[in-house]
Amino acid sequence: MQKHTFTIALFLACLGLVGAAQFNVLDQYILTVIMFIGINIILSSSLNIVNGYMGEFACGHAGFMCVGAYISSVLSVVLFTRDRVFGDAWFPPEFAWIGFPVVILIGAAVAALAGLIVALPSFKTRGDYLAIITIAANYMVISVIENMDAIGGPRGFQGMKRVVNSMHDVVNIPWMLIWIIIGTIFSVWLIRRFVSSTYGKGIIAINQDEVAANIMGVNTDKMKIAAFMLSAGLAGLAGGLFAHVYGYVNPQSFNIMKSTECLVMVYLGGMGSLSGSVLSAILFTLLIESLRFIIPGVDTLLHSLGIVPDSYEISQVWKWVIIPMILFFLMQFRPEGIMGNRELPDIFPKLRKYYSFK
Amino acid sequence: MLQSILQYIINSLQWGSFYALIAIGYTLVYGVLLLINFAHGDVFMVGAYIAFFISSLLLAEFSGFLSGWTLVAMAIPLTMILTACVGVTLERVAYRPLRRKGAHRLYVVITALMCGLILENGNLALLGASRKKFPDIVDTVVINLGGVVTITNLKLMVIITAVLTFLLLNWIVTKTKIGMAMRAVSFDKFAVPLMGIPLNTVIVFTFVLGSGFAGLAGMLFAMSYPILEPYMGALIGWKAFIAAVVGGIGDIRGAFIGGFLLAFIEIGVASVLPSSYRDLFAFSILLMILWVKPTGLFGVAKTTKI
Repeated sequence: MQKHTFTIALFLACLGLVGAAQFNVLDQYILTVIMFIGINIILSSSLNIVNGYMGEFACGHAGFMCVGAYISSVLSVVLFTRDRVFGDAWFPPEFAWIGFPVVILIGAAVAALAGLIVALPSFKTRGDYLAIITIAANYMVISVIENMDAIGGPRGFQGMKRVVNSMHDVVNIPWMLIWIIIGTIFSVWLIRRFVSSTYGKGIIAINQDEVAANIMGVNTDKMKIAAFMLSAGLAGLAGGLFAHVYGYVNPQSFNIMKSTECLVMVYLGGMGSLSGSVLSAILFTLLIESLRFIIPGVDTLLHSLGIVPDSYEISQVWKWVIIPMILFFLMQFRPEGIMGNRELPDIFPKLRKYYSFK
Repeated sequence: MLQSILQYIINSLQWGSFYALIAIGYTLVYGVLLLINFAHGDVFMVGAYIAFFISSLLLAEFSGFLSGWTLVAMAIPLTMILTACVGVTLERVAYRPLRRKGAHRLYVVITALMCGLILENGNLALLGASRKKFPDIVDTVVINLGGVVTITNLKLMVIITAVLTFLLLNWIVTKTKIGMAMRAVSFDKFAVPLMGIPLNTVIVFTFVLGSGFAGLAGMLFAMSYPILEPYMGALIGWKAFIAAVVGGIGDIRGAFIGGFLLAFIEIGVASVLPSSYRDLFAFSILLMILWVKPTGLFGVAKTTKI
């Protein structure tokens, strides 16, 4: 029983969260923040497979998120709603709650396929050149979608809110929160299983020394394909959930800025540490959201003290100066991140008693 | 037909000159330190802003009694020096402490990426989102070349500057003592101090050269396309970096050829297809080049030892 304490506690916590959302204990803003924490956990832990465990420097993660977001949004709008461009719904909207996970998973699968455009060149290319390929892939994805006029092009795509609303019409529970909790737990579980499997050991071997791993009988090409596709696929999953939370997607919201955000989270948490990624995703999202209130506070404080002239207003843009600043100082003083490459039970060995990992 | 082809070549040469001037900054730093200085595109942006402030100041002070070209001749060295100061500051504040600690290369690359973001967003936060209009220092004169193609004096200046820069850099790297030291550092960073070569001086000199020419590119760019905005360095910086990689990063010839090649491809695509396809084709061609030659056109493959 003690071994399952963690699992039971997690289940109860999620249940409590859903219950609190159902009976309006938490307001909509806090719920949205919680949902973004979930999405960011998926993003940072999935990028950790490539950047942390495999030791490559992939910096175009948002591109795969974009693929997942667009594929799943277009599919769910085509299948479950009446749209001006795509015509009638293929299925009655009452089935949306069954179809939704399928649609999200299809988006993730297509994103995993898009991961091949990074995985295949990675056989011959390493290091800096691979970094360029990932950036190029990010730009290519955005460019392709901007040139597709049927799905809105640079104007963006919307209509997913109607699908979410039709789920609410069937049973009125906080559907998106539930899907995000399921998605987050699923991907963290999947990554944990993946990196502790033979494949995961092979990937860590590639990180140590690729040539040596190859000589020792690790099929490095296969490992790389698996790692890149899994990472891209989970990013696609996060993208699909992200699109449905917002109800609107725009290719430019998945540009290099978003990729940098993912990088910040991975390196903040620590390379090759799953619990580090989860922790840093939580911390990072909370930090961004708290800056939304801190910056106007600082603004009024400095104005009332007369340090800043009245005409000058401290804008929210400072957020995007503070975040790189954090990573800058992190790299100077603690480059291995919060957790290094250790997991939480490595630091607190007593935790091992409370969960069983099979 | 011939006319449009010639015009296309001239336009690409001008556009490629910007890429080439920025790409040499990447390639010099990479050649010496094996560091991708991702902040370089933003150093270019800072250079353009410095050029804007200096030119506005000079115009306000001397516009009556000095001609436009004299002002440009005064503004260019000032811009180059100030931008070089920015580059050297970045090196001192961000990269040198990490180098001293012997940190992994990856951490330096991430620091560079973050420095770039700090520069561009800091600029946006400090100066506001309104775009700046670069003042007209010199009047644009259209020169007719043999009645076939036309070229403005600015374009001519950009192309000639790029070619002169290439010749100058080639001379510095191959003929002078400090160039020899730079090549020595890139060959073996650990043996160089034993030979009595001041490592930090060489590295600072590399940053001075790279950032100075980024400042020059910023000035020329602002004169040719006179709208300044904080994110102008981001895309052109990435593209210039790609140009450097395609040419084989670490090689000055590679940076120049890569810059012009990328410009020829981009302007060629934009003249045939809608210009929104430009990025798509440019990056696809890049991927194909890296697929066939993983270390770029002039790059040398390194053998991996265990």
